[in-house]
Amino acid sequence: MGMFWELLPEAILFGILLGGFYAAVSMGLSVSFGLLDVPNVAHPAIMVFGSYCTYLLAQQGLDPIVAGVLLMPPFFLLGMAVYRFYYEAFERRGAEAGVRGIAFFFGVALIIEVGLILAFGVDQRMVEAAYVGVAASVGEIRIPLRMLVAFGVAVVLTVALTLYMSRTFTGRAIKAVAQDEPALRLMGADPVRIKQWAFGIATGVSALAGAMLIIVGPVEPALDRVYIGRTFAVVVLAGLGSMTGTVAAGLILGISESIVLMQFGASWAPAVSFALLLAVLGFRPQGLFGR
Amino acid sequence: MRRIRILLAMLGAALLAAAGIATAQQPPIKIGMSMPQTGTLGAGGQAALLALRMWVDDVNKKGGLLGRKVDFIVYDDQTNPALTPGIYTKLLDVDKVDLIIAPYGTVPTAPIMPLVKQRGLLLMGNFSFQVNRTVKHDMWFNNSPWNDASSWSDGFFRAGQKLGAKTVAFLAADQEFAQNLANGARDLAGKAGLTTVYNQNYPPATVDFSSMIRAIRAAKPDMVFVMSYPNDSVAIVRAVNEIGVGPSVKLFGGGMVGLQFTPNMVSLGRMLNGIVNYNSYVPGIKYPGIEDFLKRYAKLAAEARVDPLGFYLPPFNYAIGQMLEQAINATKSLDHKVLANYLRKNEMKTIVGPIRYGPDGEWATPRVVQAQFRGVVDKNMDQFRKPGTQVVLYPDQYKTGDVIAPFEKARGK
Repeated sequence: MGMFWELLPEAILFGILLGGFYAAVSMGLSVSFGLLDVPNVAHPAIMVFGSYCTYLLAQQGLDPIVAGVLLMPPFFLLGMAVYRFYYEAFERRGAEAGVRGIAFFFGVALIIEVGLILAFGVDQRMVEAAYVGVAASVGEIRIPLRMLVAFGVAVVLTVALTLYMSRTFTGRAIKAVAQDEPALRLMGADPVRIKQWAFGIATGVSALAGAMLIIVGPVEPALDRVYIGRTFAVVVLAGLGSMTGTVAAGLILGISESIVLMQFGASWAPAVSFALLLAVLGFRPQGLFGR
Repeated sequence: MRRIRILLAMLGAALLAAAGIATAQQPPIKIGMSMPQTGTLGAGGQAALLALRMWVDDVNKKGGLLGRKVDFIVYDDQTNPALTPGIYTKLLDVDKVDLIIAPYGTVPTAPIMPLVKQRGLLLMGNFSFQVNRTVKHDMWFNNSPWNDASSWSDGFFRAGQKLGAKTVAFLAADQEFAQNLANGARDLAGKAGLTTVYNQNYPPATVDFSSMIRAIRAAKPDMVFVMSYPNDSVAIVRAVNEIGVGPSVKLFGGGMVGLQFTPNMVSLGRMLNGIVNYNSYVPGIKYPGIEDFLKRYAKLAAEARVDPLGFYLPPFNYAIGQMLEQAINATKSLDHKVLANYLRKNEMKTIVGPIRYGPDGEWATPRVVQAQFRGVVDKNMDQFRKPGTQVVLYPDQYKTGDVIAPFEKARGK
């Protein structure tokens, strides 16, 4: 038991960092699935694509974070194009669009995965940076800088997205389209264009999350499969569309996994995500921060 | 005289053409397998596949086997064990292959063992570990330098004992292959009187190992045995570099899969220093024909964009082909029982040295290498082609140096 108390502060600290990382990789999905109700199961694959683009830019000497930021505009445009195709082919055709949409996004994920295998092979790729592979010492505790970076990016993304959604006209329109699409139409705004814009933002954010992914660990084309369950768990636990909720849910999952890992073993840690999700949904179906 | 020469030349040409027609009329010998070309084992699988294709090309250049061309049919099993029984059923019933080779790795191979036993088929194993332990198929011939669990980690624990280790920590992937090996290592540790101070299994989708490395550091073990898969191995090495395992640790590593693959070695660079890990071959070990094979492989690997050095799996996969070739040529048969009988009784000559099989279908004499990374620098692939960056500690007959301990000292810290 002495060991438990000795390791507990560090377990919580590592859990916070891990949770920040979970939040960073779930933020794009929080917009596309949480706000727009688009079943974007290709979200992790798009992130992995972002990781490989970051890798290519890093090979040219660019810092991975800078690379991630530079990738946001082209990914934004890519997201707009993908949503337009999804809308024309599925969403406008009515009620069964959701199910067929899932098949569409699974297809997108598969194409990305196979494309990456053809282009890069199946070897793992990683990037080098001053903050990768080194740690900051705080007393006896050593904190991996790459995790601190991921945490910092999660915080910045949350603040930026929250401000954008609450302070700008387009941001408020995105929230409105999530709540009452016909009402928005009556106000003279085009919900499809708003959703297209929002999906672009979600995809742009995924590019930066992809940079975080390759900073935190090596990537390979099939890595999206590792993240699909966790990212959806974070978004649903948060309450669909809540940015601050996404960070809170990420932190809850990260800290719980870290403590469970320390006390009961790592094999139990992934089960925590889904056990927590089920428990919360049982008492609060709208999620922790959902309305 | 001139007419006679022309006549002889025409006769010779006719004979050659006739022989060619005879060969062409004979159906090819079909050899089939599934290989993980994507997924966790995909990187190794693609390199292994290249080596097998080299063997097929070499054999066909020599005129094939029993005068018949060799056709090689391969499917990607995506490192997914659920797919392999279906793939092998297709190979046998639809493609009608004459011979089969197992996919690389334990996890994809284990599900096809009942099938091959039921049908009484010869199966050449491919770096599997103890998949035949419970099935007990008598036509299984695994080409891997280990046999039982102790053969894998024996060298690591011997080195630890020489250093006076009294305690050990275990970190192992929660998957059949890793757990089999880790259990073997735990048995060895028990027999050696080592006290286990940390024992952690982790699930395959683990994102970060910082907490586990910190817990190992807190447990203050003398040696740390890690049994991990490629993605995890890289993440563990990084976490060790960041967090550190503490001054108590004399020896770290043992069974980390993936640190044998060139892209990982080059990417991790100096972070590898000090780690003692298993391998199948490292430069400096003299096997007849291996250096020529590796030169040819390197050229093709660059074109195919697979593991450029190819020390770990490719020579052993080429050797699988060599063993089939030797058995077929010697027995003049494709009958599985006849071939199995030959493989059981004879020593095979391969580019990974002579191989003789034990009654369980594993190598009678294991040759798992335990080597310590030393003096590795960043961003340099060619350093790994020379002897010295991986100093062989075990087996004794291939030893090229003594272990440097403790771990932090070996890392140059």
